[in-house]
Order: sequence, then C-alpha cells, then structure tokens
Amino acid sequence: MKMRSIADYLSGHPFFADLDAASIDELAGCAVNEHIRAGDYLFREGRPAEHFYIVTRGRIALELFSPASGPHVLDSAGTGEILDWPWLIPPHRWFFDGRAVEPTSVVSLDAACLRGKCKADPRLGYELAMRAAQTMSQRLQATRARLLDMYAAP
Amino acid sequence: MTAAGATRSPAAAAPLVPRPFRVLATRPETADTTTLTIEPADGIPLAFAAGQFTMLGTFGGAEAPISVTSSPAAAGPMEQTIRDMGGVTHDLTTAGPGDMLTVRGPYGTGWNITDGVGGDLVFVAGGIGLAPLRSALLGALANRAAYRRVILLYGARTPAEQVFRDDLARWAGGDGGVALEVTVDRAAHGWTGPVGLVTHLIPRARFDPANTLALVCGPEVMMRFVAVALIDAGVPAGRIRISLERNMKCGIGLCGHCQLRELFICTDGPVLAYDRVAGLMTVREL
Repeated sequence: MKMRSIADYLSGHPFFADLDAASIDELAGCAVNEHIRAGDYLFREGRPAEHFYIVTRGRIALELFSPASGPHVLDSAGTGEILDWPWLIPPHRWFFDGRAVEPTSVVSLDAACLRGKCKADPRLGYELAMRAAQTMSQRLQATRARLLDMYAAP
Repeated sequence: MTAAGATRSPAAAAPLVPRPFRVLATRPETADTTTLTIEPADGIPLAFAAGQFTMLGTFGGAEAPISVTSSPAAAGPMEQTIRDMGGVTHDLTTAGPGDMLTVRGPYGTGWNITDGVGGDLVFVAGGIGLAPLRSALLGALANRAAYRRVILLYGARTPAEQVFRDDLARWAGGDGGVALEVTVDRAAHGWTGPVGLVTHLIPRARFDPANTLALVCGPEVMMRFVAVALIDAGVPAGRIRISLERNMKCGIGLCGHCQLRELFICTDGPVLAYDRVAGLMTVREL
C-alpha cells in the first residue's frame, strides 16, 4: 500500500488549496506527523507556540482551566481542521490548553521553520497570512454569535 | 364522511374550534422541555404535514403554537414538544397522563421534503429547533431510499440541553441511515464532540450542494448564520427552508398578530423558503 506523503496531504487540504507544488514541498519540509493519546495534551496554556497543527484524525479540545470550576472546553478542532494561529502572530504563545479527547493524529509544522519560509518568500507569507486571517475571522464571527447564548430561554 | 368517501378533517370543517386531546405520556427532554404524547378524545386522528403546528392549550386557559414532532406517517397518537416559558407553556409541560388538553389545527405550511427526493437532505437544528424538524426527519427515514444522503447537524447549548437524546444516540449508532454531527456551545471536560456554533459543522459535512434541500430550524439569529453558511457552501437560497416563529394567535391568518410585512406566518409559514424572507429577517421594524 502506498503511503500518502505529508506533501500530498497538504496539497489536498483547503488551507493550502491552490498553492503551487514547490511551495507545498517547502512547507512539507517543515512538517512531521504526530500521534497523541486520548487525554494527553498537545500544548499547554502559556507555553510558546512552536508548531502549527492540522488535525488529520481525532479531535483536540481547546480548554481553559478555572480553579473554581475546573476545565472548560471553549472550542475544538476535529479531523481536517487547523489549530490555530499563534505560530504566525506574536507573541507566539498558546492561550489555551490543547487536549486530545480521543486518539488523535496531527501534521505538525515547525513554527520557526514556517516563519522562515514566509520571510524568505513574501508571496507565500502573504498567502498563509491571508488564510490564517480568514480562519480567525470565521472563528471570531462564530464566537461572537455564541456570546448571544441564543439557545438559552429568552 | 364526504360523498367521495374521504374522511373529513375536523380542523378543516371548523378551524377555530378546539378538539379535546388526552395526554397519554410525558417524556422530559431537558430541565425545561417536555414531550407530550397525546391522542384525540374523539378517536379521529389529526392529519398533519411535517412542519405544521397546532394551537395547543388547556381547558379554560390559553394556547401556544406548538409544532408536531412525531412522524406524519405514524398512525396513532402524536407527539408535541414544549419548552416551559411560563404561562400556558408551564401548564402544558406539567400536564400528566390522563389530563385533557385542547388542540386547534394543524396550521401553516410544512417542510415538503418530497421536493428533495433523489438528492441530499440536510437538516440543521439548534436547541429546541430540532422538534419541528424531527417530524420531517422521521418522515425522510421512513422513506430513506428516496434520498441520497440524509444529514442532521445539531447544535445545543450544552450536552445536557440536547433534546431527543434517545433518537440522537440511535442515529449516532448508525440506525436509520442519517449522518449525525452534534456540536455544543459550551462543554465540560468529559465532552468529546465538537464545541462551537452549528455553522462550524457545515463545511465539513459531505453533501452535494447543487442537489440539496436544506431544512433549518432554531433561534432566528442561528438560522440567519446557517443560511449564509449553506449559501457559501453552494446551496441555492431557494433550496433552503427555515421555520419562522412569530406571535401566532388565530392560526388562520385573520388576527394579524403574526404578520411579517406581507406575510402571515401562521398561513404563509411557518416554513418558508429562505430567499423569500431573507430580506425581511433583518428589518428591525417588522
């Protein structure tokens, strides 16, 4: 059976859609596969965001721990979804815990490597920044809508 | 019976006259939402289309517009799901087996899912909005071979506030041929599913947008967001149907309480094509 390469995976992912093969190969050079057991943390609040993750299987919950009420799941990323944008935007730090709620696999792209590629190729950097901004915008709109608590009794 | 031999509908004969219905069973859905199983005291089944509502009330009390949640194809008693918002809805959710209620209707337009035969059906529900859709979904599953994909995307406030949890568990287990995705707005540590707005589920759902009939029910803001996400996914606006809720009183387009500019929601709706009402939904004065 032929193994699917990371470059193949990235070229078929919406976040990287329409990037040329050379750019995909450049980005794949920054990437490895990682596997996380259910319950383990992929990243922790306050730690440097050293990777950009794409969930290829399973689910990562974004959690915030409160001493008064325990961990709260604020958002999550399932198969095919990306986590998140601290790799791109200073201060390059995680603001939440990322915990695997089931056995999970990710493509993990090294953040410093990615930023280096973006700096060396501003066209690629612009493309990735615009795509990250689009993802941020979608998440922000959804988060604002959730602030309405619209399913609560009026 | 009419001369042609068809059963004459009591509602059609006297649309404002309530019929007595007996509560057979109650099923708590959430802390404030209950499903009643009711049957007509006169033994004549209520013929309804999925998506229609009745004016459900108590003897000597008030009425509230409540969608029928059971399948129109199912013979026998019917189900209606009510959220306790105080007033008559409190009286309805606290009714018990043997209690008598009043039913007028059914009223309004239905989902008409047969318009989606041969294509994909995408149901998008938020909160108790699953109740009016359940009737259509059960109808689709009873005629499953007529459709390609049947997808239910459901958003709830918390895991504990999902309605029809027995159905959801059954469908999640593969029963019935419906692809189910559930997301919640907020969750505690043990929840392993998606967290986020129900719109979040749409880009990842696998359906053919050009051959999809999408049926959406939930809070109006949620329906606006969902409609936009469906259109972004390629579903034509005219193939998106939503169920609007307004202050229904008479149910037959006379009193005007539910008027939305040129529309009477009780007769032109509650189920309406999105392209017909999209422009009205953001007009604050209406």
